Amino acid sequence: MKQFIPNKILMLLIFLSVSWRSSAQTDIDAIMMEKNAFCAGGMYTYSSWKNYWEGTLKRSNENIGSITTQMIGVMGNYGVGKKLNLLFNIPYVATKASAGTLHGMSGVQDLSLMIKYRPVNKKIGDARVAVFGIAGGSTPLANYVADFLPLSIGSRSTTAMARLMLDYYYNSKWFATASATYVYRSNIKIDRNSYYTDELILSNEVQMPNAATFNVRAGYRTQWWIAEAVFNNWTTLGGFDMTRNNMPFPSNRMNATALGINLKYVLKKVPQLSLTGGANQIIAGRNMGQSLTANGGVFYVFDFSRKSTKSDHNK
Amino acid sequence: MIAFVSSCKKEIQGRTDKTGALTPLNIDLNAGTWKPILLTGPTEFSVAAPIATTSPDYIIQINEIKTWQSTITEKERELVNYWSAGAVLRWNEILRELVAKHNLAPYQNADGTYPLPNANNPLAYPQFPFANPPYSARAYAYVSAAQYDALVAAFHYKKLYNRPAPYKVDASIQSLIPQSDLPSYPSEDAVVAGAAVEMMKLLFPGDQDFIQQKAEEHKRARLIGGANVRSDLEAGEALGRQVAQKFIVRARGDRAGAAAGTQAQWSQFETDAVAKGETPWISLDVPKRPPMLPLFGKVKTWLFDSLTMVTTLRPLPPPSTKSDQFKKETEEILSYSKNITREQIRIVHFWADGVATYTPPGHWNAIAADDFISQRFSEVRWARNMALLNMSLMDAAVACWDAKFFYFNPRPSQVNPAIKTTTGLPNFPSYTSGHSTFSGAAATILGYLIPGKKDVYEAMAREASISRMYGAIHYRSDCEAGLLCGNKVGAYAIQRAQTDGAQ
Repeated sequence: MKQFIPNKILMLLIFLSVSWRSSAQTDIDAIMMEKNAFCAGGMYTYSSWKNYWEGTLKRSNENIGSITTQMIGVMGNYGVGKKLNLLFNIPYVATKASAGTLHGMSGVQDLSLMIKYRPVNKKIGDARVAVFGIAGGSTPLANYVADFLPLSIGSRSTTAMARLMLDYYYNSKWFATASATYVYRSNIKIDRNSYYTDELILSNEVQMPNAATFNVRAGYRTQWWIAEAVFNNWTTLGGFDMTRNNMPFPSNRMNATALGINLKYVLKKVPQLSLTGGANQIIAGRNMGQSLTANGGVFYVFDFSRKSTKSDHNK
Repeated sequence: MIAFVSSCKKEIQGRTDKTGALTPLNIDLNAGTWKPILLTGPTEFSVAAPIATTSPDYIIQINEIKTWQSTITEKERELVNYWSAGAVLRWNEILRELVAKHNLAPYQNADGTYPLPNANNPLAYPQFPFANPPYSARAYAYVSAAQYDALVAAFHYKKLYNRPAPYKVDASIQSLIPQSDLPSYPSEDAVVAGAAVEMMKLLFPGDQDFIQQKAEEHKRARLIGGANVRSDLEAGEALGRQVAQKFIVRARGDRAGAAAGTQAQWSQFETDAVAKGETPWISLDVPKRPPMLPLFGKVKTWLFDSLTMVTTLRPLPPPSTKSDQFKKETEEILSYSKNITREQIRIVHFWADGVATYTPPGHWNAIAADDFISQRFSEVRWARNMALLNMSLMDAAVACWDAKFFYFNPRPSQVNPAIKTTTGLPNFPSYTSGHSTFSGAAATILGYLIPGKKDVYEAMAREASISRMYGAIHYRSDCEAGLLCGNKVGAYAIQRAQTDGAQ
């Protein structure tokens, strides 16, 4: 039932919470649900930034102050088999600026669905090595406003992603997981019919650059506890830089590198129940806010196989 | 997923990227008799008679076209097609692009003051210009008006000299553009480009390379397309540049250069409002920013004189900031701020035309251009109608800025900080609404030029106007008075249109 190590890192941030949110779950860790087990839960995330990168120039802006994003995510992970899990996530997001006159935004953001497949899970001496292939995507659940950065709650892009992930688990205690992801992002429609990137475009359609992410996490993992450090990098493959004193735009070249930690604890008296928490800090970026993010979650495992609930992380 | 990804083309096509070649319903051969704006008449600048189409020099120019055409590349074909959509259309789009690029307020100095862009050092930060709405309204007006006058002169000489297009002289020249009975000397395309280049060098001095490159492409496209020989282009370009000089002289003396004002003048507005017993406007930018071009209301207008502006166009005073009416109107805006719907946000953002956009005047240029394309106007009628529109928009800016700084009224968010806005709060007084004034003026003249769409334009203007209330940055009286003032400005443009000989 370690299913839900919240992947804090990937949470929002930024000018654009977007696609990062989609990884807010186990689609980026090495833990699988048992067959017919369903883990469901909720997570609260708080993220805030005062400094941001205008292109590559770091600055603050007294006309917006700090931008805070709060998110409540409802998520689940179902074990089709121990090699194959299905995951979903639906966040509600609210943003606010601490200064200036701009109105915050809120609403249900994007549904994400993922398939997580583990073709290889092999014992080698004291260690176990697993290979994962993960595919999925996200799509907006509501007609929220994309073109009101930095206060938009998402980009409205429909995304598709493919991820390759390797997990090394030593002595049933220590682990390291690394993954690389390619994210395809569909074009979006905005409310105006012209906009300027590095040229004037007479259309309400915006070409969204694709993105790549790299994630490395390592730490301690047992049936009852997980403690990990996480490194994450998001690189937008294209897009343009904000010009001086300009507003951000959904198709900006948004990059971010973050470091964070996560904890997970499974209650011994009620082993279906687990608590998670984490925090991360963006340490480098481009066209986005330097957010500090913290989150906490509660998850519960329902076992539909009528066997005792077990996850196989330490098998 | 690979299949899904590869099946999704992401390239965006702009609305006018593939606009077909302009084939006017009427070539307006007599446009040389139309009333110019600044020129004393179509012959104020002379254009020498062209060399005969049988002369050796002309044959050389014909051969130049043949050489281009024999080695034409795909890219050159695209260029020909792009420019064939219309010279006035394309230069209007280029101008809108430069406005959007430069519509960015300068970042503050370390001491909390703000630097001013400097026309003599346009590439240093902050780049010149800050193409805000008044600045850009003026830019659109000068470019359009200069192009119109230059075309009136060109059409005079076209009819006078009656030189046929190259494809009519030599049947072996391909016309990659639609053939026309309009004489080709001087080239109407080069006239438009020449006037645009000169005006835009003044207005966007840091972008001369870009502007010059567009002009070269334009002229080349007309050569390759078989529309003009080189001497058509050279005569046209020279005429366009000469006419533009006359507009440049006007621009240098139209008082826009002093519109930024001084600290003493900024303070005086505040003192005057307080003396009247009103709450003065205060900048809500941090640090406080001097108001945008506060003396733009003194700039020289096109369609009426300054006295008319004060006596006839300046709106009556807004509700006193101490009145119940003012409180009521502020409450109304608070309720839009708190209860805005998704559809209202769409309307706010559709019309916002804020930072890094081509501004509300540019938006109305885009609306006009989309419709002019389907009207199949001749180049000279395109220019005339764009000039009427843009003189209206600039005069609307002047009238609106006059009211804004005569009354110096506070924004809703200044009066009640609980009022949060769904678009950027402009840094100048509230009464009257610029969007409303621009839209009232534009809808009035466009409704006259294309009567079938009068109701559509008026509905657009009302929507643009109320969008500023939805966005919680204007009171109802700002919007209503602005629309009305704009309508009056537009009526002056109609008066001109009725008597300029183009009917």
